[in-house]
Amino acid sequence: MNAFAGSIDRPNSYIGRSVSRPNAKRLLEGRGRYVTDLVLPRMLHAAFVRSPYAHGRLVSIDIEEAKALSGVRAVFTGEDLASICAPWTGTLEHFNNMKSPPQVPLPLEKVMWSGQPVVLIVADSRAIAEDAAELVIVDIEELPALADPVEAMSAEAMSQELADNICFATKLDSGGVEEAFDAADTTVGQSFIFGRHTAVTLEPRAIVADYDPSENRLTAHHATQTPYQFQDVYSRHYGIPEANVRVIAPDIGGSFGMKLHVYHEEMAVVGASILLGRPIKYVADRMESFVSDIHARDHRVTGRLALDRDGRITAMDVDDVTAIGAFSSYPRTSAVEGNQVIRLMGAPYDFSSYRANLSVVFQNKVQTSQYRAVGHPIACAVTECLVDAAARELGLDPFEIRERNLIPDNSYPRTSPTGYQFEKLSHQVCLARLKSIMNYDDLLAEQADLRVKGVLRGIGIALFVEITNPSPAFYGVGGARISAQDGAILKLTPSGEVHCSISVTEQGQGTETIIGQIVADQLGIDREKVRVMTGDTDTTPHGGATWACRGAGIGGETALQAARKLKANLLAVAGLILQAQPGELDIRADWIVEAVTGQQRISLAEVARIAFFRSDTLPPETQAQLSVVHHYAPQGYPFAFTNGAQGCLVEVDAETGFVKILKHWVVEDCGRIINPLLVDEQVRGGVVQGLGAAFFEECLYNEDGQLTNGSLADYLVPMACEMPDIEISHVETPTRDTELGAKGCGEAGTAAASAAAMNAVNDALVGHGAVLTQIPMTPTRILRALGTI
Amino acid sequence: MKARAFDYMRPKCVQEALEAFASADGDASYIAGGQSLVPALALRLQAPGLLIDIARLDELRGLSIVDGHLRIGATTRHCEILGSNLVREHAPLLAKAAPFVAHPAIRNKGTFGGSLALADPASEFPAMALALDAIIEIASVEGSRRVGAGDFFIDLYETALQPGEIITAVHVPVATVKTRTAFDELARRRGDYAIVGAGIDAQMQGGFVERMRIAFLSVGPTPVRVSAVEAALTGRQLTPEAIRQAQDVLGTELDPAGDEHTPPKMRRHLARVLLGRLLGRLEANV
Ligand SMILES: Cc1cc2nc3c(=O)[nH]c(=O)nc-3n(C[C@H](O)[C@H](O)[C@H](O)COP(=O)(O)OP(=O)(O)OC[C@H]3O[C@@H](n4cnc5c(N)ncnc54)[C@H](O)[C@@H]3O)c2cc1C
Repeated sequence: MNAFAGSIDRPNSYIGRSVSRPNAKRLLEGRGRYVTDLVLPRMLHAAFVRSPYAHGRLVSIDIEEAKALSGVRAVFTGEDLASICAPWTGTLEHFNNMKSPPQVPLPLEKVMWSGQPVVLIVADSRAIAEDAAELVIVDIEELPALADPVEAMSAEAMSQELADNICFATKLDSGGVEEAFDAADTTVGQSFIFGRHTAVTLEPRAIVADYDPSENRLTAHHATQTPYQFQDVYSRHYGIPEANVRVIAPDIGGSFGMKLHVYHEEMAVVGASILLGRPIKYVADRMESFVSDIHARDHRVTGRLALDRDGRITAMDVDDVTAIGAFSSYPRTSAVEGNQVIRLMGAPYDFSSYRANLSVVFQNKVQTSQYRAVGHPIACAVTECLVDAAARELGLDPFEIRERNLIPDNSYPRTSPTGYQFEKLSHQVCLARLKSIMNYDDLLAEQADLRVKGVLRGIGIALFVEITNPSPAFYGVGGARISAQDGAILKLTPSGEVHCSISVTEQGQGTETIIGQIVADQLGIDREKVRVMTGDTDTTPHGGATWACRGAGIGGETALQAARKLKANLLAVAGLILQAQPGELDIRADWIVEAVTGQQRISLAEVARIAFFRSDTLPPETQAQLSVVHHYAPQGYPFAFTNGAQGCLVEVDAETGFVKILKHWVVEDCGRIINPLLVDEQVRGGVVQGLGAAFFEECLYNEDGQLTNGSLADYLVPMACEMPDIEISHVETPTRDTELGAKGCGEAGTAAASAAAMNAVNDALVGHGAVLTQIPMTPTRILRALGTI
Repeated sequence: MKARAFDYMRPKCVQEALEAFASADGDASYIAGGQSLVPALALRLQAPGLLIDIARLDELRGLSIVDGHLRIGATTRHCEILGSNLVREHAPLLAKAAPFVAHPAIRNKGTFGGSLALADPASEFPAMALALDAIIEIASVEGSRRVGAGDFFIDLYETALQPGEIITAVHVPVATVKTRTAFDELARRRGDYAIVGAGIDAQMQGGFVERMRIAFLSVGPTPVRVSAVEAALTGRQLTPEAIRQAQDVLGTELDPAGDEHTPPKMRRHLARVLLGRLLGRLEANV
């Protein structure tokens, strides 16, 4: 297909423009409406009693005293909910032999992680529910906890339904790896540890489940990215016809992947609402978030690179053991991360021999699953650290070794040794751009000067490939009822404005803004005249919603095609009114104009007035189609890959192990940019999360499987004071699979920030005999690597 | 995270507050800025039946000079310490430590007396009260008494305060022309409780240490004075050699515990580095 040919100078040419977000003012004024704000008549509140043990057998649960407390309406345990809820299992068919124990809202026999909800209390207020929670006596026989993933691999199965603790294992082998290593002039190898971290959204998870038995109808006001997926889940697991389930996702305070998984608490609250016939609100508090939101990463990777005399990579060999908690999450599973880790390894580089081993392992911790930049930071850090290690070994500059190895920009399309198909990437341009915006040579000179004075500066770079615009190859083929397509409804109002309801959703990243831009741009109307609505399964078409960087690329294309369809309809009506050929007309600045001369003929508002109220004046037989519905499913490449390069400048205090992040650079190519401002902010936010993983964020567990830092005092999220200035530059290589040409950008920042930071710290420590291969790179770990402590 | 139900009262004077506590059968707590108590209530770590709000009592307010001491009313907020010229002039060490206490939102509510009463060993002001040899003025139904900072901090969150007693003010000896001070801490993020921190209040004459008090935070169950280090430096010039010896003495004097982020060894190492840097600053008089 042809790439979209837009000119930024046309009237209403919003694609490519940094326009502000219409919803920003509302949110800033405190007029956002989050699930937490919702108050319904007869609404009750939920609180949970949680397991204090990471692993144990339920002996008895005494709920009598809790039930008797004034204001308590019900107390539910495992059986109550299991009897009305079909169990769920987090596997995908295209992951061969993947297994996971079935899950129910509240446990029946065993507790599998510390913090697992065991008893649900429903009361007139959350405070009363918490009072009652203190009165529940849960007797648990503690069992040995499997916390360490490597131990778990060979230990006895912790779930009676399974034979062992391996959720999923797979190998990739393109052939020739052994031979390449045997023939190599240089080989480098390192072992890496990537800690667990978690999303820490500003707004925690929240739901108000409202079941109406008179109509067998469930309305869930649910802080989620994916209302359609939850409509399907609630319908199928609670046996309510899908059309009777309405999921409304109002304003969402961040999500990052965390809010698209099925959680026991939300399932339990839905079940309780069905049992009681009353609306029930549950809002996770911060302590609950830490022990029940999905965590992310948790990988132990060993990687090796083989290179020839010229510093060209000839082969890569990796092994990843990743621990995912007690269950694979549902319905997207906890294996996608590991799968993407082993498939994204080495992605920017031109070599053909690749081998990988992946083991996805159960353990007694809360589950891990998809979180911003699924698998990317791991693949990127392993690859880029090994490339830097090779550069040091060979005495090559980090830019130089990459220039020698990158897939040339003129050699696309390409298929990676791991099977990914790249339509067109721009590594060479991006790397060159990075070098110039970093003023690399000046940085090197400054670094050398400061080194003499004992100041340790480090410069690190990292290249990345990002997976965006997923087709059904992602989930659909694996049997998951998760749509890869999106749908939009565009309606003309009688005043000549346009209402757009679309299935992509907004969590603060600006989805509604870009959809409005695209619709206004394509229709030729003022942006103020487009109202975008998202997040309600009753009023928007079924679609994939927002995840894996698909909002702009797929949702945007849906909006574009829908707008073109509506435009054709509007020009047809206008043609009848004006007795002109529709093909000779156009819409510009809310007016029907002569396409060639631009001369204004009739306002869109007037066309709307006539069509809605004076259809009698239109020729007989005409039926003006003033609303359109349009669906778009990605075709062509299974994924639209993007790429980019990042740089990081740090200063390491070798006495204290403290690192100051001085500056960060990003060059990224997400294809057609719809709103540069929003892309920049997405990238910046992503970088901050990547730097958080690199330096601060880690869910720390003791050997009993207890999370020891589950509060915002102890779990360190990156804060503004520690974050550097982040400079961003864009390269645009539109995908030719769509008219719009947009790819995703939401995960680009996170994909490579931690890798660049690791390389920067290791660059600073060159000559001090220390190499960091574990994140977060805490002062303690840095001083240990230096041998100081 | 909802607190258990409690009663709340706002007495008109200290006497009324003391009496209210006395008649509550021990099931009461004073609340000042609430910046430590309210989170503890929400987490149900504490659940007193009655909160007695002392934040607005005039008797507990104000900064003034009384008898060669800076008198800091117990409910003086952290932000007032930070912004006060009196503090900068007469208790420069407090002025230097104040920016490290939490974040602006917390400094706007948290109180000096509350910080001392809580006696969190990671807090800046308790340690600085020790370094400044402050005197803590305490009211009870029996009357008023004064306790030196050295006798005030007893164990983790445990002070010389008896149940029902209120800190009314803290008296800090005013700085002289010979006073040199330094404060710093190592925290992972700005505003966090530090891994380790220290403040020094010294009297220097002609480059020689006449008297020096050094107090560390976050190195034990209470704020810690390191008297052996102080003794090792008294009467000496702060030469690199003297500083190195002081660091060695510190290594024998401190016995910090670890936490999930920081093993004991790390903390001891950082304390040593910090001491060296602070003494270097005193020497350079910056
Ligand atoms: C996110 C966060 C970060 C923080 N970071 C820091 C930090 O870096 N450094 C730091 O030092 N502090 C920090 N704090 C704590 C803050 O400084 C507290 O405000 C302070 O320690 C307690 O003062 P308060 O007035 O808020 O006391 P409250 O919370 O009101 O009371 C604390 C305790 O002291 C008792 N009490 C209060 N006043 C008196 C009195 N006059 N007499 C007797 N008993 C009294 C109360 O009964 C209660 O038991 C932080 C707090 C938060 C929430």
